Amino acid sequence: MILGLIEHDLGKLNEFSLQMLSFARQAAEQLGLPLSLAVIGENGGDAVEQIKAYGPTSLHWIRHERLQDYAPEGWAASLLQVIRAKEPHLVLAGSTDKGNEVMAHVAARAGLPMAANCLQIEQDDPFRITRQRWGGSLLEHAEVQGEPKLLTVAQYAFEAAEPLQGGATEVETFTPSFEDRDFRVRFLGREETASEGVTLKNAPVVVGGGRGVGSEEGYSVLEELAEQLGGVVGGSRVATNNGWRPHADQIGSTGNRIAPELYIACGISGAIQHLVGCKGAKRIMVINKDPEAPFFSKADYGVIGDLHEVIPAIVEEIKQRG
Amino acid sequence: MNILVCVKRVPDIGAKIELTEDRQGIVTKNLGFTVSPHEECAVEEAVQIRDSQGGNTFVLTLGPGAADEQLRDALALGIDEGILLKAEGGEWDPGETARAIVEAVQAKQQEGTSFDLLLFGNESGDTVDAQVAVRVAEALDMPCLSGLKDLEIADGKAVGKRESEKGWDIFETELPAVVAVKEGINLPHFPSLRGRMKAKKKTIETLEPQRSGPQLRMLALENPPEQGKQVEMLGKGPEAAPTVVEVLKSLEVL
Repeated sequence: MILGLIEHDLGKLNEFSLQMLSFARQAAEQLGLPLSLAVIGENGGDAVEQIKAYGPTSLHWIRHERLQDYAPEGWAASLLQVIRAKEPHLVLAGSTDKGNEVMAHVAARAGLPMAANCLQIEQDDPFRITRQRWGGSLLEHAEVQGEPKLLTVAQYAFEAAEPLQGGATEVETFTPSFEDRDFRVRFLGREETASEGVTLKNAPVVVGGGRGVGSEEGYSVLEELAEQLGGVVGGSRVATNNGWRPHADQIGSTGNRIAPELYIACGISGAIQHLVGCKGAKRIMVINKDPEAPFFSKADYGVIGDLHEVIPAIVEEIKQRG
Repeated sequence: MNILVCVKRVPDIGAKIELTEDRQGIVTKNLGFTVSPHEECAVEEAVQIRDSQGGNTFVLTLGPGAADEQLRDALALGIDEGILLKAEGGEWDPGETARAIVEAVQAKQQEGTSFDLLLFGNESGDTVDAQVAVRVAEALDMPCLSGLKDLEIADGKAVGKRESEKGWDIFETELPAVVAVKEGINLPHFPSLRGRMKAKKKTIETLEPQRSGPQLRMLALENPPEQGKQVEMLGKGPEAAPTVVEVLKSLEVL
């Protein structure tokens, strides 16, 4: 069988787990194996109820009085016990902080390899996969040894799975046992950041600035354009490393991954580090004074010119048209 | 407090990745080398903790002899000593890498240096395996905090913050511990000339770990298919503004 770990936040299904589920369904068909899902934690009840409708062959709710808050080793110990009991051929999770962390603990404890950011199972025996490197800018074909195969599924490579008509799986409760060391990492609580409506993650338009902006003050024209378009401003790694923008505003492989309708990139050359962060954008407009900037070849629209002249002209044009 | 920070030498790839003919690696003859942004922050974090709490800092890398360049960079930023795990030849998988690091940590321990904190970048820039820190922690029977963008070390404890969908999740554990950090935890310095001069005099110990063989074995690399985008040029300079605004209207973002 294939076993998929469904992540949740206080019962709310994780979107990357639903993307993983699409991969898992394909794999189940490809390998001719039944698909089981597992939800961990006492506060996972809502997730269990929702995931039933996705029609897995079986559904395991892993419950224990010590499984209140997320604990990396507690989750890994739980998952490993389900693996030992059910003997799946393939174990999947989303390639998220939690997914990679839990699977890495399982892999280390079981003496198995783990492949993160997977895109495809190429063949079963020997077991070969395609996975992402460099944030998806390079693909790797690899062989995964050992049994079971532990994979995490690349983010945004699959659409989120939809529930199945008439899907309603019986829930089986699984009770793991623990050692104290499984709870050495303690969850102390959560600091909620004030959600101010439009953010880099949900903005329809993002205006990004890089080296060409030149200073912290230089962003005011970008702010003005973003305001006109109901969007927000972000920056490249150059911008955050120079202290022109806070790291929370970074678009890139080590910052935010954005997916707006339109991304307007200003004074950004188009390094892979940055492209990884904006490849989810539906359309990209590049404004750069260097006609040779590699970003133009990844863009839908281009303007050659100094952003400090071009953007004020665009803002002025918008104002004139009312 | 003794701190070990682990880094990985990776090419500074810029805008395009060119593969070797046998598709086993990246053509690097015109490229510089660096470490991932997360690891630059791990180095900075180690220096900051040492400066506020005292103790000794070590930087370790597993890689070719040329990776001493990345160790010298870290030494120039204030790390005290370097350890090079020399690994020529093919790629080491995350399990092999972790095993070699664990052996080096244990060897240091036998010499009388035990580490209170092992710092890693959350994932390397190239292979993005996201697991070496956890594997090292498990093998050394230490707790592991990963994905941190904030870290406080006090009273024998590590408290860290990790980004969640709704804000920050806060975790705590006892030292000794393994901690994997992300860019944003601090703003790394650039090495000063004085730091570079000092780094030349610092010690790098070279060890040659034994390979156990990869269980996750890279067969070949491939460039992803091009999206085949054709850019529509809207003009030059401020005169392009009316055309740009037309496009914004057609995309219904105005």
